[in-house]
Amino acid sequence: MAERLKADSKGQDAQTAATTAETAALNPAKLSASQARMQMLREFWHYFAESRGAVIGLVVFVLLVVVALLAPVIAPHAPNQQYRDALLTPPFWSEGGNAAFILGTDAVGRDILSRLMHGARFSLFIGVVVVSIALTGGILIGLIAGYFRGWVDSVIMRVMDIILAFPSLLLALVLVAILGPGLTNAMIAIALVLQPHFARLTRAAVMSEINREYVISARVAGAGHLRLMFVTILPNCLAPLIVQATLSFSTAILDAAALGFLGMGAQPPTPEWGTMLAEAREFILRAWWVVTFPGLAILITVLAINLVGDGLRDALDPKLKRS
Amino acid sequence: MALLELRNLSVTFDTASGPFKAVDGVDISVDTGEILAIVGESGSGKSVAMLALMGLLPNTATVTADVLTFEGKDMLKMPRRDQRKIIGKEIAMIFQEPIASLNPCFTVGFQITEVLRQHMGMDRGKAKTRAVDLLKTVGIPEPERRMSAFPHQLSGGMSQRVMIAMATACQPKLLIADEPTTALDVTIQAQILDLLRDLQRDHGMGLILITHDMGVVAETAERVVVQYAGQQVERQHVKGLFRTPHHPYTSALLDALPDRATGDRLPSIPGVVPGQGDRPEGCLFNPRCAFADDTCRKVVPPHQSDELGQALCHYPLNRKGAAA
Amino acid sequence: MLRFFFSKLFLIVPTFIGITVVAFGFVRVLPGDPILLLAGERGMDPDRYAALQQQFGYDQPMFIQYFNYVLGLLQGDFGTSISTKRDVLGEFLTLFPATLELAIFAIIFALVIGIPAGIFAALKRGSVFDQVTMGAALTGYSMPIFWWGLLLIILFSGVLGWTPVSGRISLLYFFPQVTGFMTIDSLLSGQKGAFQSAVSHLILPTIVLGTIPLAVIARQTRSAMLEVLGEDYVRTARAKGLAPRRVVGLHALRNAMIPVITTIGLQVGVLMAGAILTETIFSWPGIGKWMVDSISRRDYPVVQGGLVLIAGLVMLVNLTVDVLYGLINPRIRHR
Repeated sequence: MAERLKADSKGQDAQTAATTAETAALNPAKLSASQARMQMLREFWHYFAESRGAVIGLVVFVLLVVVALLAPVIAPHAPNQQYRDALLTPPFWSEGGNAAFILGTDAVGRDILSRLMHGARFSLFIGVVVVSIALTGGILIGLIAGYFRGWVDSVIMRVMDIILAFPSLLLALVLVAILGPGLTNAMIAIALVLQPHFARLTRAAVMSEINREYVISARVAGAGHLRLMFVTILPNCLAPLIVQATLSFSTAILDAAALGFLGMGAQPPTPEWGTMLAEAREFILRAWWVVTFPGLAILITVLAINLVGDGLRDALDPKLKRS
Repeated sequence: MALLELRNLSVTFDTASGPFKAVDGVDISVDTGEILAIVGESGSGKSVAMLALMGLLPNTATVTADVLTFEGKDMLKMPRRDQRKIIGKEIAMIFQEPIASLNPCFTVGFQITEVLRQHMGMDRGKAKTRAVDLLKTVGIPEPERRMSAFPHQLSGGMSQRVMIAMATACQPKLLIADEPTTALDVTIQAQILDLLRDLQRDHGMGLILITHDMGVVAETAERVVVQYAGQQVERQHVKGLFRTPHHPYTSALLDALPDRATGDRLPSIPGVVPGQGDRPEGCLFNPRCAFADDTCRKVVPPHQSDELGQALCHYPLNRKGAAA
Repeated sequence: MLRFFFSKLFLIVPTFIGITVVAFGFVRVLPGDPILLLAGERGMDPDRYAALQQQFGYDQPMFIQYFNYVLGLLQGDFGTSISTKRDVLGEFLTLFPATLELAIFAIIFALVIGIPAGIFAALKRGSVFDQVTMGAALTGYSMPIFWWGLLLIILFSGVLGWTPVSGRISLLYFFPQVTGFMTIDSLLSGQKGAFQSAVSHLILPTIVLGTIPLAVIARQTRSAMLEVLGEDYVRTARAKGLAPRRVVGLHALRNAMIPVITTIGLQVGVLMAGAILTETIFSWPGIGKWMVDSISRRDYPVVQGGLVLIAGLVMLVNLTVDVLYGLINPRIRHR
């Protein structure tokens, strides 16, 4: 398995090396491809690490990933286990708290900490899936629009405009109403709503790259449409897409939680953070902890990702600094 | 008493990698009605010295000077509020990029009348009449109509004329022109220089012309200061400077002029002005100097006598020419 | 200027047609028959079904149905609510002032705090103030506002007892809705304490809805200001001997506001999305809550009409912002 991974990454290396070589051909300084890549990575890390916030965000995010992966092992209780004799137990440090339930229990006696840990899996999963769908779709659509231009471009961009004309959450809500409430449909709806941003970015990047010398030389060398689009142009449009992907990751988590909160996302008893908040709403004036912690979990996660996003933006492209 | 007196002016910037001395012990004095040129490559700190005088440097800059007086008034010790009564009124400045130097959001008229209302206490109507006059003086056709134009509707030459109108609005005693023609077409350059010279003569202003163009210096200036890496390497009268340069750097700059070139290739000065990290020991010019020896590489050179253009050099050129 | 306006107007026409197609198609792709849906649980006999089908025009080809639908829209016929049997446009217009009032207060809240905060952060770049402000801004930007609202309720309504939990005004007051704006109507009514009640009901929803725009505007103002402060024309302004207040507040700010205005325009969509959540939390009787309730009640004519009205509204605001942008940025106006 490990070896296959290695082989895979080698294949990727070769591919990237090919593109770097294409650009390196224009570059008088002759560095070997892998050296150049290491150099770029090091430079990137240097700029990224310059921002303390970005590093903190990255650390928190990695911790969240670890918690999510290990949730079944490290969570003190099963997420849906109901302790009928410990309903609405406050956190252990406040009066009436119980050390067995560090962050207290909810209205049906489930341990909040364990539910939050399992919830991290949902949130990160939502982020990954939504961004993957939106990114893939957006890149394909944007590449086609920006590469072929003409009526294809006009039609595609008008459709994107239409999607963007609706407030994102409203459109996602309506889509979920059509598809039926649930986590999967919520993810599809959010991905659909976020996708135009990627399409627009890709299109703009493609249009600014397509007349550069290296693309023309590749075209003259006989590269086909697909090769030009994916191998020659796309790698040079990645910087803004990576930044947008990070920002969309946090938007996806927020929107999914909002849908869950409105009862249109993950359905109870799923320990999704937004859904947990929806269930906790009626207890807000009686048991602050059932409301506070799930929201705090959302905030910390989204904040960490946005910190990383800001750092990425500054490191990848100083020109993008103004946002 | 000189109009402007600067002695031992230094400007240090706080940067992420430590302090950087952009201007190092500069002396300048200008009299009423005199044209002084400051010459040097980009990065030689020639603009920074003048920006320091105007108080236009960012907070990261520390300005020190033994003397910094305008008409005998100490500009360094003066409160900011009083400084602003001199800046823009008695001392005015125009810049290298005329188009970028005008505010894109306001009309030409607004930007000119603003100075008049600020410093001369004119009301709207008076200021407007005066602004039209000023536009006419700097040679802008249809000045009334141009009053309501926005900067993006003007060409580079027109913008610089507007900048000059704005700078001379309050009849300043000293005008600082920071590379006023660099960004302009060659044909326009001469017109702008003529305009500056005419205004200078008519108003009896002092004029400091910052440039890297020896041709501009030859046409315009009376006295010349040559600056390199924040230091003044030579001070001379313009005729003497062109005939008998004493500092190797001045000499090299002159050799790089196309109409002075002797061979079929234009000589250039190898290398660049040293920056923050690569300041050499001894004479700052030694890595690029054709005459440098071990002394130049170790010992900081002194300023030579007035006859030798106060050249900052161990081995000034043309000693005989100066003696003769 | 007029040509500029009409060219923009012309550009949004195809988008608006697209919106009507989406809204029209939305009901068609729903699982289930729209007429059976109308009948509800009871079901209906075939004769009645056929009659209704004819009445609603469902027996005609799709494009004719769409054409009739758009014709209806142009005459202000946005359908009829299943649950209240009221005209959708009428309901929208009754509820809209509540949302508009909240949105106006939220955007004012965001501007009044966000712009000065951004300016000072830029002027004091790297200072403690800058770092704290930008940290707070990023936190606000990352805020799940539905949770933020609940937290504020816990603190201000629960613990401190300062603000009411929900609604637009205390039930003690009753007066005619002249403008639909509770703050204005309460003043017009002349009833003692009514205005205070309306304002106290507005505070928390305003903060909640305004948080994200506030964060975005503060960040945008700061970066725009930083960029502008480095421009040559700002140096020119200072070289004129103008006071720093005038240099920053007039010469720099006017230029920095150009991108900020665009951002404010883009916040309208964000505000609508935020209104859905804010109105739900505070039981605010506006169009956001109306849409959520209609979706969960499966009142599809309302959802359909609401979609067109809201999207149209957002586009109209964006058009206004574009025109405003032209007004404040002479480079666009004079071409």
